[in-house]
Amino acid sequence: MSTTVNIPPQFEIVDRPLDTQMTISMGPQHPSTHGVLRLELVLDGEMVVKATPDIGYLHTGMEKLFEYKKYQQGIVITDRMDYLNPLGNNLAYVMAVEKLLELEIPERALTIRVLMCELQRIASHLVWLGTHALDIGAMSVFFYCFREREKILNLIEAASGGRLTPSYFRIGGLMMDLPSGFERRVNQFQDGFLKAVGEFHTLLTGNRIFRNRTQGVGVITAEDAIDWGLSGPCLRGSGVDLDIRRVNPYSSYENYDFEVPLEQDCDVWARYMVRMREMKESHKIVTQALARLKPGPVKADAPKVVLPDREAMKTHMDALIHHFLIVAEGFDVPAGEVYLPIEGSKGELGCYVRSDGGPKPSRVHFRGPSFVNLSALPHMSEGAMVADIVAIIGSLDIVLGEIDR
Amino acid sequence: MGLENIIAEALPEVLTTRLDSLINWARKSSLWPATFGLACCAIEMMNATSSRNDLARFGSEVFRASPRQADVMIVSGRVSRKMAPVLRRIYDQMPEPKWVISMGACATSGGVFDNYAIVQGVDKIVPVDVYIPGCPPRPEMLIHAVMMLQDKVMKESSRDRRDVVEAEARMAAVPGTLPITDGSTALSNALPESRPYSIASRHERRRSS
Amino acid sequence: MSTGNNTENNVADPARVTSGQKLTPSQLVTALQREHPEWVTEVIEALGEVTAVVPREHIVAVCAELKASTTAKFDFLADICGVDRGTEEEPRFEVNYHLFSTVKHHRLRLKVVLNEDDAHVTTVTGVWRTANWHERETFDLVGVIFDGHPDLRRILLPDDWQGHALRKDFPLRGYEPYSLK
Repeated sequence: MSTTVNIPPQFEIVDRPLDTQMTISMGPQHPSTHGVLRLELVLDGEMVVKATPDIGYLHTGMEKLFEYKKYQQGIVITDRMDYLNPLGNNLAYVMAVEKLLELEIPERALTIRVLMCELQRIASHLVWLGTHALDIGAMSVFFYCFREREKILNLIEAASGGRLTPSYFRIGGLMMDLPSGFERRVNQFQDGFLKAVGEFHTLLTGNRIFRNRTQGVGVITAEDAIDWGLSGPCLRGSGVDLDIRRVNPYSSYENYDFEVPLEQDCDVWARYMVRMREMKESHKIVTQALARLKPGPVKADAPKVVLPDREAMKTHMDALIHHFLIVAEGFDVPAGEVYLPIEGSKGELGCYVRSDGGPKPSRVHFRGPSFVNLSALPHMSEGAMVADIVAIIGSLDIVLGEIDR
Repeated sequence: MGLENIIAEALPEVLTTRLDSLINWARKSSLWPATFGLACCAIEMMNATSSRNDLARFGSEVFRASPRQADVMIVSGRVSRKMAPVLRRIYDQMPEPKWVISMGACATSGGVFDNYAIVQGVDKIVPVDVYIPGCPPRPEMLIHAVMMLQDKVMKESSRDRRDVVEAEARMAAVPGTLPITDGSTALSNALPESRPYSIASRHERRRSS
Repeated sequence: MSTGNNTENNVADPARVTSGQKLTPSQLVTALQREHPEWVTEVIEALGEVTAVVPREHIVAVCAELKASTTAKFDFLADICGVDRGTEEEPRFEVNYHLFSTVKHHRLRLKVVLNEDDAHVTTVTGVWRTANWHERETFDLVGVIFDGHPDLRRILLPDDWQGHALRKDFPLRGYEPYSLK
């Protein structure tokens, strides 16, 4: 049954004698908090009176570390921020620095960026689906999801050399071009993926237990969602039509034909449906990106910023000098500040970069979508059951590495 | 050898072995890890248990949510200063025998995060049995680490363990604290050389020199 | 289930068309400056982004006005970002508010500059509730105090932490190596 719909008004709960309320600490070591999130739950029986997130157990000091690294070294740090969507983080940071440098990126690099980002979005959603279902009690979905995800990781590894931390996007383009036969391998994945999505739907969408655990749980209306700054699938699950790929297109997204899935139910179920449909849209974009792949350069024509090819470095004196200077001293970025938002797999991933003119940034700040989405948890979980908290956290799709940075 | 043959002939239903071998074999065949995901490496840890890599082949797939039921703590990711006391407490809550795998560069040495927020190596907080390099390590490397840990378990003796249990029982009076060295020789003798509580990591020694 | 396409919706939806002709953020800020000259001290346009420097005593009024105004409609606070310009700089701190409109899809940055000895600014949690955690983070890492904030505690670092990590004079490796107390 839907457990949270008919709750007594808030003041009735609070006015009861204090000894019926209990404060318990959920986490930081808890299997359903997706890492090291800690919640302070004030409970009245099994009803949640107040849920206060306590974060910072994975605080890594990344923003401080950026100030001590050259611009190109910072890409490595972004990988480890939202580790389910590392290519998205790469893209936000790289594009922010490119905006400061006012670089022109070649067409092929833009297309490959779209291609890889959408593959990464599918991979990120697969982890969300597997763990969300696992939290709610469906074990086998996890294995199906990770089977598909493994194929995407193989693709990312083929392109970049890294499974989880690719650092594939570089300032001014890509690390290197795609390996030969990559298109064929993506096509192989693409052929099987829609069938796999059908399997996920078979396992969960018609499942009565899953529906009862998710429908009517964790409701947040559209106005509240905007007020709390929700973004991405969480916002679209509340019926707000907002996708940064569409409204502020970047990296040639304006050339792609895709839908923005919307749901009006505002609950955990709606957010589930939005992500399930988004995977299919990403699949569509990958197909289009493959069709748009034309031969060409993948690095911008900026020898002072972009590392030369190995061949050129070994045969041309200029290229060797540029290579040495970029690696040893870095490149100067004109003074200025930019805020560059992209649509990460979890919502608006903004990157604020501020330069004082040297080879190192003076401030780098990330607007983590998980961070903001989690801040709405107290609002969404008022009057819910303890078990619903797990479902709500799962539906927010948080990654602690990005929340705590 | 000779005795074993005689027993085997006289009592064919009896199998003789060393007690250590039997206990160690039982321990190594079901090393249950604690569900303790920290950062990126936790995703690869999940991957190790899932379809393609299937850690269950080595008896380690039962991730326990409660440290009371776990044998191995896989420290999968960077340990922040805020998390360190929690991690130590979870380690203290695990019953003996217990082992620790330090997974990845961050847990082992702080990795790329040499800054104010991250503990430079989890071996400052808990004794580590197996270190895995990589950022993050592949699932295969985690499986290899589990197999190395199994080898290590097979070489242990229950007599060594008993000292550790007694010494730790005394020191675990206040969970999450380091042993109090008040100069009593009895306590320091009880501390086995092989499982020190707090050793300066190589990383730290290098920096101080 | 419905499917959104913003470009089409904007044209098709009469409510959105009648809410005023599309003004760019710089026009909006200039209009605001004309109406209340003391609210905006400087308008910077660089790299396609508009920045309005706002005196700290007016930040709540400016935010509330930009949120309520039908032409601006900045109903979404994307981010608050504290910056330490450097120990010698005066004023030393900046707080950047990144605003976004979910209806008009334009962006604006508000900037408040603060002196080191008086790093106080009024909270905007009354305008957008999402400002709560952003301001706590800025307080924790940069040390800017948001007056009137309902729950101004450290958020990322432990409560007993000394100093503010993102200040330029805070050493990268902290003041002391880690030890379990």
